[in-house]
Amino acid sequence: MQVPMTSLSNSLSADAEPQPVIMAVGGEVSDFFALLKPRVMVLVIFTALVGMAVSNVHIQPVVGTISLLMIAVGAGASGCLNMWWDADIDAVMTRTAKRPIPDGRIQPNEALAFGIVLSVGSVLVLGLASNWLAAGLLAFTIVFYAVFYSMWLKRATPQNIVIGGAAGALPPVIGQAVVTGSVGIESIVLFLIIFIWTPPHFWALALIKSGEYAKAGIPMMPNVAGPQSTRRQIIYYSLVLFPIGLAPVFLGFGGLLYGVTALLGGLGMLAFSVHVFRNREGEAERKAALGMFGFSILYLFLLFSALLAEHSLGLFRTVIA
Amino acid sequence: MSGLQNQPRPLTPEEAQRRRKRSLAIAAVLFTLVAIFYVLTIAKLGPQVLNRAL
Repeated sequence: MQVPMTSLSNSLSADAEPQPVIMAVGGEVSDFFALLKPRVMVLVIFTALVGMAVSNVHIQPVVGTISLLMIAVGAGASGCLNMWWDADIDAVMTRTAKRPIPDGRIQPNEALAFGIVLSVGSVLVLGLASNWLAAGLLAFTIVFYAVFYSMWLKRATPQNIVIGGAAGALPPVIGQAVVTGSVGIESIVLFLIIFIWTPPHFWALALIKSGEYAKAGIPMMPNVAGPQSTRRQIIYYSLVLFPIGLAPVFLGFGGLLYGVTALLGGLGMLAFSVHVFRNREGEAERKAALGMFGFSILYLFLLFSALLAEHSLGLFRTVIA
Repeated sequence: MSGLQNQPRPLTPEEAQRRRKRSLAIAAVLFTLVAIFYVLTIAKLGPQVLNRAL
């Protein structure tokens, strides 16, 4: 990896003056926190919480809180391992060049140790706090993201974020496993919503960052299949997402509030994807892609918020009896 | 071989401060871990802990 080193042990040679050993002094606490991708952790907590809420099973609040914390730490650990592995390509892209490892604030081996300790620790504590199915699912998520996605898929295929999206979609499944000790249809549907949502979300960003990805040698869809094919696929995925987004209503765990949100949100995703397809040049292309990217975040947030409100605030109104 | 080779370079005040902050953060994490195991044990035992022969 081409990572700048801020503190290296001095090499010795016969004709060199002896130099004092420079010890690694490490980064700030905030640098280590940044390795955990805090924004992703917040999203993971939120989606895992919804996975718990839709299960409609009471859980001891302390056990629930500690379990959520461990799911978040596990997700952060996988993000840390991802940053360790991807430091070379992060250094090339302007969006990621200021991350702690490529910026030289944290040594790669420090990040690796940090990621491994947190991964093992979070899985063990989750297993002790809730059950070993949930812990096993968390371990699978970490390995899937850090090894399968980061080390292999990301640099190997334009389907990287399609398959890798499974890691980001698993937290609701872990959440349900925490409270019920099993995996039910509710969390599988939530998994599918995030899984199908991921490609149009990331490809919208990839359309405007394709130059960066090309520079780093990452085979994102716009770089391999071309922007036009990517725009078409964004529409296809948005079309598939529409009925899956409404599935909770037909399965009985999404009420009126959720149904209206999923209906309008799904139509919004379709409208933005068509807008991206039609605007292919210059600033209009950029604005359309950014609009799609921003709306996709809002879409997922609103859908999961509606479910959370229905199941935890008593706002559930049956749509299909 | 000069003994200088094995001597760590003295830390600058800024580096020493960073190390101190990291040490405090590790202490906080360890304390949190102890608290988690304590609270978890009490929560898992629940009121049943009082329902035993004395």
